Amino acid sequence: MPIDKFTTLESRYVPLPVENVDTDQIIPARFLKATSRDGFGENLFRDWRYTPAGEENPDFVLNQSEYTGEVLVGGQNFGSGSSREHAAWAIHDYGFKVVVSSFFADIFQNNALNNGVLPVTVSAKFLSNLFNAVEKDKSQKVLVDLENQVISLNGECEEFAINPYKKNCLLNGFDDIDFLLDRKDKIKAFEAKN
Amino acid sequence: MEPKTLFDKVWDAHVVEKIDGGPSVFYIDKHLVHEVTSPQAFSGLEARGMKVFRPENTLATPDHNIPTENQHLPIKEELSRKQIETLTANCEKNDITLYGLNHPYNGIVHVVGPELGHTQPGMTLVCGDSHTSTHGAFGAVAFGIGTSEVEMVLATQCILQPKPRKMLITVNGELQKGVTAKDLTLYVIAKLGTGGATGYFVEYAGSAVSSLSMEGRMTVCNMSIEMGARGGMIAPDQTTFDYVEGREFAPKGTEWTKAVAKWKKLKTDEGATFDKEYVFIASDIEPMLTYGTNPGMGIGILGHIPSEKDIEPSELPTFKKSLDYMGFNLGDKMLGKKVDYVFVGSCTNGRIEDLRVLASAVKGKKKADSVTAWIVPGSKQVEKQAKEEGLVEVLEEAGFEMRQPGCSACLAMNDDKVPAGKYSVSTSNRNFEGRQGPGARTLLASPLTAAAAAVTGVITDPREFL
Repeated sequence: MPIDKFTTLESRYVPLPVENVDTDQIIPARFLKATSRDGFGENLFRDWRYTPAGEENPDFVLNQSEYTGEVLVGGQNFGSGSSREHAAWAIHDYGFKVVVSSFFADIFQNNALNNGVLPVTVSAKFLSNLFNAVEKDKSQKVLVDLENQVISLNGECEEFAINPYKKNCLLNGFDDIDFLLDRKDKIKAFEAKN
Repeated sequence: MEPKTLFDKVWDAHVVEKIDGGPSVFYIDKHLVHEVTSPQAFSGLEARGMKVFRPENTLATPDHNIPTENQHLPIKEELSRKQIETLTANCEKNDITLYGLNHPYNGIVHVVGPELGHTQPGMTLVCGDSHTSTHGAFGAVAFGIGTSEVEMVLATQCILQPKPRKMLITVNGELQKGVTAKDLTLYVIAKLGTGGATGYFVEYAGSAVSSLSMEGRMTVCNMSIEMGARGGMIAPDQTTFDYVEGREFAPKGTEWTKAVAKWKKLKTDEGATFDKEYVFIASDIEPMLTYGTNPGMGIGILGHIPSEKDIEPSELPTFKKSLDYMGFNLGDKMLGKKVDYVFVGSCTNGRIEDLRVLASAVKGKKKADSVTAWIVPGSKQVEKQAKEEGLVEVLEEAGFEMRQPGCSACLAMNDDKVPAGKYSVSTSNRNFEGRQGPGARTLLASPLTAAAAAVTGVITDPREFL
């Protein structure tokens, strides 16, 4: 399935200053029963977003309309735990195109990239600047430039790393399966040899 | 020749092509499939008009979302039933071996693979489940993947992976009586933290590791992901070969002899280097228990929850949020805390050895009236063996409820949920908020500590109980 192309995004952002956000919080297991990829955004952060009675929890950032945007900014070690790609689907389906943190769990990072969601790893200092800036001005914007691998906040710029192959996939909307299918002959040759 | 680690040997032998500036095309020997993370991968394949490339290297079993009662009846809940039916249909269409519900080989995918001899040293093995690292106990490179990657493996038997960095964790010496593989792994995770091994593939070594049974080694490798590691592995040795020999899908006759000769070379060469190394002393390890909402928040059972002065100020808000959820206070002592539920099962501690330990600890005793105690065997084979060995009788006599195999209350996708606010001592792998049901409070521990909690109704040192 081709992924969304990503080049540059300037957007307001939603702060979630919690560390070790695991994928069970992003999408609890009881919502993993679907057999399609659609609709997971509805239950993104379900147990933080809603009370046990199903009402919106006014203390949770997704229910505070003054915070909005296509960028989610999370505390360090974002996306740990279960490999469920449903977490990346839920974030994408909700409308986020970028997740920023000072540290990402491996599998989540792969899953996000495979769904056209860009994980941007920043320094702890930059992360705390992001949280402080949006606290002062809720309409604060952040700029993410994939081509130049730079994230900027009010003129403060920081470079971020991304695998060159994955960068190319995102810039062009390519997915890994097409790449692998092109290599079937090599794969068959490998099998014959081993 | 340059000295190589165990991980290098297995990894390098499976690289089909190294891409400049990118990941490698990495070949997968065995692809394990379950009902929750595969339907979207199969439909992606179908949308491309393709079938599974190597169905003979693929094996499926439903486990995450199956009931653990009345498995002979149709599944009541529609969405769950549809998920299992979808797996069945996808396997039929693609000629994939399926150990469906009620099949004698059904069970948790990471229990089934090893016990049938599908899992073998030197293999590469993936599954859309982060606890795939379990199979590393055999000296395999095994790790969890997302659904897009499941689709890649179904389509090409390969995925694109950058080679992780290498970490060596050595545990020397002998574990105390009453201290198990689960305590060892919870101890290491508490030391490294929940993201301490992110980006690494871990090899476990040292006398405390090599003296573990295969079941114990599987428990250790299983939890590797809980410190962020891509996977964990242990060099195969005589214990490994003795476990694999004679299992249904293990090599036989001369094939066996040839295989063992090859497997004996699977160890880290003298002089091979790791990117990071840790050494721990086995006798320092106490029976462990978690008190918070990630597996890194663990302490010795006699210990206290850290006080404010022990926590980095920047981490204090998240730490307090976690304790609030658990209903605990900074500095609390764990011994004597009330327990409502005990869950023994999961891919971490749902194997026959775990049930043996549990049965011998509770034999002739009764569980506390205030405790609901569930035992969910890891597979049909474990269930059968537990019956044959008389373990089920002992456990039922002690008031434990035996349920049918599955992932069950480890992730509470089915009806096996711990109610909100209740405390559960669980032999599973994750204590995240809501993991065992919305509002449920999980304390991770070994089967032995779970047995002591079930009988006394409070957190109890299992060593006193032996």
